Amino acid sequence: MPEGTYCNKKPINTPEEVNFLLSDSSGTKYYEEMKLLDVDSQLLASTIQKTMKTRLKTWLEICAHCGMCADSCFLYQVNGKDPKQVPAYKIQSTLGEIVKRKGKVTNAFMRHAMEVAWAQCTCCNRCGMYCPHGIDTGIMFGYLRGLLYQQGFVPWELKIGAGMHRAYRAQMDVTDADFVETFEWMVEEYEDDYPGLTVPVDVEDADIFYTVNAREVKHYPEDLAEAAVLFHAAGENWTIASKGWEQTSLAMFAGDWAACKMQVESVYGAMERLKPKRMVGTECGHAHRATVIEGPYWAGRPDGRPPVESIHYVEWLAEALESGKLKIDPEKRIQEPVTLQDSCNYIRNHGLKKATRTIMQHIVAPGYFIEMSPNKEHNYCCGGGGGFNGIGVFRKQRNRALLTKRDQILATGAKLVIAPCHNCWDAIRDLEEEYEIGIRWSFLKPLIIKMMIVPDHMKPEE
Amino acid sequence: MHEFLTGIFFWIAVGVCIIGMAVRFVRYFLGLNWQLDRVAYRAHPAAGIKGAARSIYKWLIPFGTRGWRTQPVMTAAFFGFHVSAVAVPLFLAGHNLFLESKIGFSLITLGPALADFLSWLAVGCGAFLILRRLVLPEVRILTTWNDYFIWFIALAPFVTGLVARYQMGSYGFWLNLHIFCGELLLIAIPFTKMSHVFLFFASRAQLGMDFGIKRGGMKGTKMAW
Repeated sequence: MPEGTYCNKKPINTPEEVNFLLSDSSGTKYYEEMKLLDVDSQLLASTIQKTMKTRLKTWLEICAHCGMCADSCFLYQVNGKDPKQVPAYKIQSTLGEIVKRKGKVTNAFMRHAMEVAWAQCTCCNRCGMYCPHGIDTGIMFGYLRGLLYQQGFVPWELKIGAGMHRAYRAQMDVTDADFVETFEWMVEEYEDDYPGLTVPVDVEDADIFYTVNAREVKHYPEDLAEAAVLFHAAGENWTIASKGWEQTSLAMFAGDWAACKMQVESVYGAMERLKPKRMVGTECGHAHRATVIEGPYWAGRPDGRPPVESIHYVEWLAEALESGKLKIDPEKRIQEPVTLQDSCNYIRNHGLKKATRTIMQHIVAPGYFIEMSPNKEHNYCCGGGGGFNGIGVFRKQRNRALLTKRDQILATGAKLVIAPCHNCWDAIRDLEEEYEIGIRWSFLKPLIIKMMIVPDHMKPEE
Repeated sequence: MHEFLTGIFFWIAVGVCIIGMAVRFVRYFLGLNWQLDRVAYRAHPAAGIKGAARSIYKWLIPFGTRGWRTQPVMTAAFFGFHVSAVAVPLFLAGHNLFLESKIGFSLITLGPALADFLSWLAVGCGAFLILRRLVLPEVRILTTWNDYFIWFIALAPFVTGLVARYQMGSYGFWLNLHIFCGELLLIAIPFTKMSHVFLFFASRAQLGMDFGIKRGGMKGTKMAW
């Protein structure tokens, strides 16, 4: 069968198409149809010809097969050191074979490659730091995902996720109106406690343009209000955009590069329209990577930077605490063993390890902050990165992948884990549900609100 | 035969190696693509050069990166082999006498004891690394016949050179075989995985630029990637 009704090579672009795919619960019919999907070998070969440049070609060619990447991969370690989980093997046996066979591969091969690409690699890029030749397998897996997506061999949830970005410019079916209404409604809820709290929408020339993760709008709306409270407390001149507010990109996990471009251009469009001094993104790792680190390239910006300076929430927070815009009540600092999850996407991929540690110095009483081991740029993926968290068909593999983080956390003895990344936060929540090790987990915003010294202009009238 | 090997074939081997690698080097850098690689190579030259230099430098130093430190035995064998594989061909007294006669120019030379030691070190470390391939499941699964072939052409000049050095059997035969193996290796460099001899610097420079420009270098972090 060339293409199925549910599973095919066509991207989904409209709310109706999204709903149609969603109606196939858990993708049962989708995966059945995938077994019959034809591989367009010619398209595969020509895409490789056009897009696989010397960097990837050389990487595939000069890999010395030394195996030094093996131990760097948490999935190799956590799966009983299965040699099939060695990063070099995973990529050579998938992308390497497709290239070697000039795209002439079977349906079964592509489904196997899909499992390897999404259930055996979280694109955490850790192995790239341990390869003597500087081969970053995570980047190659990103590329492979693009080839698989183009052929229709992509997990159901990520096909939907990429489609959501195409249809709504958000990773979930949150419309622009939903976003603004939810933000305003949440701010109203908090207004009594924090007089003067507002949510400025579409204000031009503001100091800060704040962008979010659509999950906040859909599932944790209090996060929106908390951001407003902290900007208000810090006396910031900030705004949100009624269009171009979503910073994430599930399309990046799916390998749908055209959707990545559409998504990031909507945010850059808001920057160009509102002309803020800079953008602050929410506590999310992949969102930061998508909009700030990779996005400029999808949008064709030769300087590799977004239209205005764009920073992660931890950078803004560290700056606000250091400059005294936000003040912490020393009595209310964390006084229990606490640890910090370093997100791959903004620590290993953007060097932000210092900002998070500056925050820890302000909010944790001396002696209570315990580093994970390894940490900073050598930290392990939460276990659910690169889309792994959301893919039902690979849930068993994902749950196993959580064991690394579970053991890292247990080794610290901490009962509280701070995770300023949506994906890490979800993974840590899931690992507690799955393995019950008796921990709590938190974003930074609610912690800071509890311990900040409320400035006079925000105190409720007696 | 000796005249052929030290005459025209020598020049062919050297020519193929140098021209071949120059072509590959140029093609490597011309084939980089800022948008597809997602690295703004040209926009931030200082950060790029700094990152590239750091990446090459750190990985050339034994135990200079966490990658090297996490596998000390592998690292020792790796550097044992590579230091010898670079030093012996370039600085052996006999090679330099030959070079002097060919182009009227020679490099510094190794003392005979050190030269012997390094040659044995190359063979010993090479043998260990081949053994490692056979023994460790995580390396065995990656290994192909091509890898053994590469090891064969890498070690053959050392083995034949040592046999000639200790004058076992016919010196003339072993010397000619040694020269032939060495020249075969030179010819193989641009066309096989041996190209890493030069492309290591290209690949490391690229990833160094990636980290230097985009993945933390410009945020002031000093990752030993």
